This record gives sequence, C-alpha cells and structure tokens, in this order.
Amino acid sequence: MTDKILVNMTVNGMVCERWIEPRLHLGDFLREELGLKGTHLGCEHGVCGACTVVVDDEIVRSCLTLAVQADGAMVETIEGKSESGALRDLQDAFLERNALQCGFCTAGLLLTADALLQAEPEADRARIRDHISGNYCRCTGYHAVVDAIETVGRQRRSGGRGHRHE
Amino acid sequence: MKAPPFAYRRVASVAAASALLREHGDGARLIAGGQTLLATLGMRLSEPSLLIDIRGIAEMQGIAVTGGHLRIGALARHVDVERSALVAQHLPLLSLAAPHVAHAAIRNRGTFGGSIAFADPAAEWPACAVAADAALVLSDGTTSRTVEAADFFLGLYQTDLRPDELITAVRFPLPGRHRRFAFTELARRHGDYATVGLALAGDWVEGRLHDPRIVYFGVGGTPVRAVAAEAALAGGRAEPETLERAVAELGGELSPSGDLYTSAATKLHLAGVLLRRGIQSLIPGEGQT
Repeated sequence: MTDKILVNMTVNGMVCERWIEPRLHLGDFLREELGLKGTHLGCEHGVCGACTVVVDDEIVRSCLTLAVQADGAMVETIEGKSESGALRDLQDAFLERNALQCGFCTAGLLLTADALLQAEPEADRARIRDHISGNYCRCTGYHAVVDAIETVGRQRRSGGRGHRHE
Repeated sequence: MKAPPFAYRRVASVAAASALLREHGDGARLIAGGQTLLATLGMRLSEPSLLIDIRGIAEMQGIAVTGGHLRIGALARHVDVERSALVAQHLPLLSLAAPHVAHAAIRNRGTFGGSIAFADPAAEWPACAVAADAALVLSDGTTSRTVEAADFFLGLYQTDLRPDELITAVRFPLPGRHRRFAFTELARRHGDYATVGLALAGDWVEGRLHDPRIVYFGVGGTPVRAVAAEAALAGGRAEPETLERAVAELGGELSPSGDLYTSAATKLHLAGVLLRRGIQSLIPGEGQT
C-alpha cells in the first residue's frame, strides 16, 4: 500500500480535510469520503461526462482528476450549485422540456451547459451541440437538451438569469 | 475502473522531476493534466509505483512570443492555447485545431506538452507541431536540447524523449505574412480522437501555393507528412486537376490501418476528402475552415 496524503479543499463552500490514497479520483472522493452522491460515475475513463464537476470555476471530469491534485482547490458539485440557485433556470428548463428521463447524465449536463452559457449566452444550437458533445445521454436523443439550453441562453441574455421567465 | 495504488510526489523543477525519473526508472510516470494517464491507469494498462506531479514547474508554463518564436510552455493547457490571443494572431493553425482536442472539460486540464509527449497517433497537437515546423525543447534539468517535431515522433507512442527527459516547451517559428493554415478532421463524435485528420500550411503568393505542409494524423503510428502530395501542389495554383493529382499521390504515402469502425480503404478515401476540403480553406477567398 502507499502512504495516505492529507488534502484540504473547499467543497460547496465547506472546507474539508481528509487523509486519502493518491489513487482516489475526485469523483470517488466526493461520493465516498463526503457522501455527495449527486456526482454520477458512468464510464470512469473520461468518455461519458456524467461525473463533471466544477474546480476553480472550470468544469472538469472528476474521474480524470486525482483528489490529491485538487488539494487547495474550490470544488462545486451539483449539490452546491442546486442549493445556491445558480442553475435554477437550467433545471426548470430541463424539466419543462423533458430534457431528462433517467437523470443519470443530468448533473453533468447541467454543469456543462452552465459553463457554456456563462461564457457565451448567445451560443447557437450548433455551438451548444459541440460543447455538450462530451456528455452522453442515452435517453433523450439530445434534441430536448439543446432546446432547454438554448431557451435559457435566451433568458439570460434578456436578464432573466436564475429566474423563470415566461 | 479504479487505478492501482501508487505513490505521489509533487516537484517544482525539471531537475527534481528528472532525478525522480532516474531513481525510479520504469516505475515512475509524469502526471500533469492526467487526462490520458488516469484513463489508462483506470484500465490498468500500466501500474506505475510513483506519479510525479509536474504542474508546479514554473519554467514550463505560459505562452509568449520571444526571439522570433511563439513559445508554448509544455504545461499550457489545451484551453489556454484555445483562448490565447497570441496564438490566434501568430499561429492560427493551433486556434483552428484546439476545439477538436477532446471536450471542454478535458481541455480545461489536459496539457499541450502532455499530448505531444504521449504521441497518440490520432491526436491533433503532434500533427500541428509537424505542420508548423515546431521544435521541441527537451531537458533533464541540467542539459537541454532542441528536436524538430518532424524528427521527434518515431513510432506508435514512441518518441525521441530519453527516459529522464521532459518536454519543457514547444517553439514555433513565427510564420511569414504569406503563410496560411487550415485544419480539418473527421471523428464519429465531435471531440473524440480523429478517424482521419489533416493539418495544412502553405505560402499563398500571387495565386500560387509554395512550401506546403500536408500532415495527416490517425492514419499511421505517427503524424504523416504527405511529401509527394506536397510536391504535386507546390508552385501551382491548386486548380482541380492539380488537386486530384495530389490526392492520387496519397495512396502511395499513407498506409492507414482499419479499425472497428473504419476500414483502411475508407480512411484513405477520407484522407483525399480532407485534402480537397483543406486546400479549399487554405486558399484565400475559398471559405474558412
């Protein structure tokens, strides 16, 4: 066995400190050490995007990030982003447009979509499809997902960020 | 998909990384973004006893123009290259290619130097480095040397790197004002490794193409420069007959292997399709990539 290493990171605004094995990836750290099961592990080799989280304001694959490499980082998961209301508009739009069925990919898709809309609220459908190409959804066929993201982009451009606009 | 156990060390200098590589030999691997390495460890394709985290090495960071070169530190992430105004201004080939490098979440962590050192035959950066006449700066912390990208890729995942060397930076000569670039690739899903891809460079002077570079990826063990196709196009106006002669030359230069999805013959056909498209976007007034 290898020696455990002390890591210290801020997850959803809470400081946490744990002794962990270097091989533990961030997704397992969040789920098993902190009990944050909203981050879903699908393929665990970087293909499916289900495990997407936000590290220092950028989306990453938590399965391709060692927890020891996130030492000192600010990590946000779907739990924190939901609680703060930062994704409320996207969550509403996904629900309204049936942009999820089983929901396994949804946390990753919401965080990925939010990253795009924060940088480019004007993103068109082609751009949205390119950006979410790293997130597999086996239920929806993506059309509804793109609809939902496009709708929220339009809302945010007109100043409706975080709220539901009819 | 859990990685086997390993020890983990952070280093702050090339010399320290190199010393650990010498001490641990084959048991040690460098990690920066880890976007390829961690997937392969999960699949247990290798079981290193030590990962050396090189992200803290200051001299390997940054993107700058110095001494007639665009220097990209090996630790620059794909997203840094993608968003760099210096890159867009001086070496637009890389700006064109960046969106094709994996997906946004992976570009946020994976590094430019890491991709080149890993030398995946279907990756974008190695082909771009060859097409733009880049030189790689390799160092063990004591001595450093420079190797042309064209000489660096030796075979499938094989490079000229010595066991205790790191790529510290990639240096691109600043292109002259007539130099133009194009980039195009085909993949089953945007951001996945290419089925076939093409990086192109050439001087377009008074309606003629000079000094072209035609560099394919995904069709062999390394980036492949299609020299005969280049010769067919060099000095000409890239009119349809010339272009077809160049495409015909590809059969003799590329020997792609078929995979689960695409046969060798299809890949060769697609290489021709990409050359036609690529030349179209290389030539002014014929559209953008």
